[in-house]
Amino acid sequence: MNKTSLIIQREYLTRIRKKSFIIMSVLGPFIFAAYVLIPMYFATMKDKEEKTVVVIDESKLFTEYTPDGTTCVIPGTDYLKFKVIEGVPLETFKEGFNESGYYAILFIPSNILSSESSLIYSTKQTSLDVTNYIKRSMESEIEHLKLAKHDIHDIERILAEVETKLNVRTITWTRDGETQESNTGVVMGVGYMGGLLIFFFIFFFGSQVMRGVIEEKVSRIIEVIVSSVKPFQLMMGKIIGVGLTGLTQFLIWIVFSFVLITGLKAAFFPELNQTPTQQVTGTDLFREGGADQDKTDTAATAVLSGEDMDKAQEIFTALKTINAGVMIGSFLFYFIFGYLLYAAMFAVIGSMVDNETDTQQLILPVILPLILGIYVMISAINNPDSALPFWFSMIPFTSPVVMMVRIPFGVPWWQVIVSGSLLMGTFLGMTWVAGKVYRTGILMYGKKITYREIWKWLRYSS
Amino acid sequence: MNLITADAVVKDFRGHRALNKVSIEVPEGSIYGLLGPNGAGKTTLLRIINQITAPDQGAILFRGEPIGNKHRAMIGYLPEERGLYKKMKVGEQALYLARLKGLSRQEAMKRLRVWFEKFEISAWWDKKVEELSKGMAQKVQFITTVLHEPGLLIFDEPFSGFDPINVDLLKQEILQMKKQGATIIFSTHNMSSVEELCDHITLINESETLLQGEISKIRKKYRANKYHVTFMGEPEKLTAGLETGFEVLQLDENGMGQQATIRITKDGGPNDLLKNLVEITEVKAFREILPGMNDIFIQVVKTASRKTNRTT
Repeated sequence: MNKTSLIIQREYLTRIRKKSFIIMSVLGPFIFAAYVLIPMYFATMKDKEEKTVVVIDESKLFTEYTPDGTTCVIPGTDYLKFKVIEGVPLETFKEGFNESGYYAILFIPSNILSSESSLIYSTKQTSLDVTNYIKRSMESEIEHLKLAKHDIHDIERILAEVETKLNVRTITWTRDGETQESNTGVVMGVGYMGGLLIFFFIFFFGSQVMRGVIEEKVSRIIEVIVSSVKPFQLMMGKIIGVGLTGLTQFLIWIVFSFVLITGLKAAFFPELNQTPTQQVTGTDLFREGGADQDKTDTAATAVLSGEDMDKAQEIFTALKTINAGVMIGSFLFYFIFGYLLYAAMFAVIGSMVDNETDTQQLILPVILPLILGIYVMISAINNPDSALPFWFSMIPFTSPVVMMVRIPFGVPWWQVIVSGSLLMGTFLGMTWVAGKVYRTGILMYGKKITYREIWKWLRYSS
Repeated sequence: MNLITADAVVKDFRGHRALNKVSIEVPEGSIYGLLGPNGAGKTTLLRIINQITAPDQGAILFRGEPIGNKHRAMIGYLPEERGLYKKMKVGEQALYLARLKGLSRQEAMKRLRVWFEKFEISAWWDKKVEELSKGMAQKVQFITTVLHEPGLLIFDEPFSGFDPINVDLLKQEILQMKKQGATIIFSTHNMSSVEELCDHITLINESETLLQGEISKIRKKYRANKYHVTFMGEPEKLTAGLETGFEVLQLDENGMGQQATIRITKDGGPNDLLKNLVEITEVKAFREILPGMNDIFIQVVKTASRKTNRTT
């Protein structure tokens, strides 16, 4: 039987039977699911608590007198209400504020038009959302008022007409004239995810290769093994074995996360959607017309989930615009060769030291390009075709990360081919170099090895 | 026929020559001892024979052909620094190492059962190596070294780290393997084991060969013309009656009778001494004292370092 495959088998089997592997396989999806679900949870929980802001309007510009009583010009939302109080001075109100149960006091001075400032009083910091909402509403109201002062005929109609909400749609077309509508945000997200996954995979499993080499050195079994197989076979067997372990873990995570997220969403979220309604119903028991309120809130919830559906639909259509074959293919390519390239370097580091604490200074120069790749990737999101991302997607040490974020936007074929061949070529060269350093390094003990010394090893004929 | 021939092997490390034109010839079926002080280059030579490192100059021949990858399965190697995967189970690990040497899974299992029973360690099959005592781990490692029944066994300091009982067990196993036709090369500091086991030796000092050959011939070469006599009678009579040229080095008495160590300093053989002795005492036993390997080792190495000190 082929010895390299025996080594791969051992590396793979001992690793997937480890407790840490099993724990990570189980915990990983939960962490993953938490990443996806917790923001969703917060998004749905957001401002579900009803807040009432009391408006003391000295300018009277924001007060509207209707037959039902006085209301505020600022429109309330589902969870933020405005209530105009008249005839109570601010100071008096502030005294009784704590018992009143109100969220905040909005004080509008009489000179609001000239001073252009109002005050929000509260015993605790008001949320940014609420502050922004009040600011925006007041700004638009004051703009209206100022415009109205100019006494333009039919101003209301003109304003309504002028109001514009621009929707920028991006459409890409191929040489054949085929057009596709794309969603830059989603495309960007997919590329970003791909690049990050590659980064983490390289980092996590690369250092496992390194630790494996150190373990063999420290336990001194290395001499027995390399009397049975060539050092290069051992190194490659370890790199491939650890890589397969990583792929297995990823596969488990993907499948398990998918099941978990779908399962949790189905089981957990309907309940979640009801919670605010029940809360409202609860408080409304003490009021009249509670039942009506309940209905409107349920309706609001329904609308909200409807919007979610629309968004999901939009994401799905956008995802369809990315050529899945190209994306998955290039992901796998950069994923595998990026890992192989870096794993060879990590193996070299492992062969150079006797214990893990000595690795730190040696790791830094190796992972620096990777970290640089992440920075370039982030900047590439704004302009994937500019010079910086272009060059970094050609350099093999950063291309696995940077190219991933460019590919969803469409990269000319020749660039992918050049970048891919450079990566493969560098991988082969690096493995050859690594093999040479490795076989010298694994038999060295007790010496602190510097990069200068490695240069000397490279020139050894043996 | 020589199983292993090392031909003028040179190995350089940074600023240091570990082996300088060292040649050895290991006859098939013999036990070959590699002696020398620490840092002499023994381990480097053994690693080169094991193809762990390559020589800078010179060559290693296995049955007359340059040693290569196919010979790996014909060699079993027990390095000086013993080691196994600590987190791996004993049985699984032994199986893995055996398969790396080219044994099939079934064959390896079969042989491992026999060996584990022989060494009475069957109960340890499912234990992790880190749970074993040092001696136990050494036994496991010894089994993995010999399991594939290689024609050549290479032991680097095999007796270090074993207790006397296990040293004896190991010696018996080595002799047994020789009987079955295996060739054994080992390096050691333990000179009594050299006298007991080795047919040939090479003494390496400061990267060079100092002494080489069949052990019996070497001991004869370094004989100091000393004889041991057991006799009846007055010790004074012996001292007084000896001719010039026969020098008494030591005299004492034990349960067997009077003992004397005598050196011949003039021309002439043991017969002359014996004739002289018979005239003055009643000789009960008479034998030549051959120098121990220990003495030869110390003598040769000291002479060599004196020489280098003079030249440098």
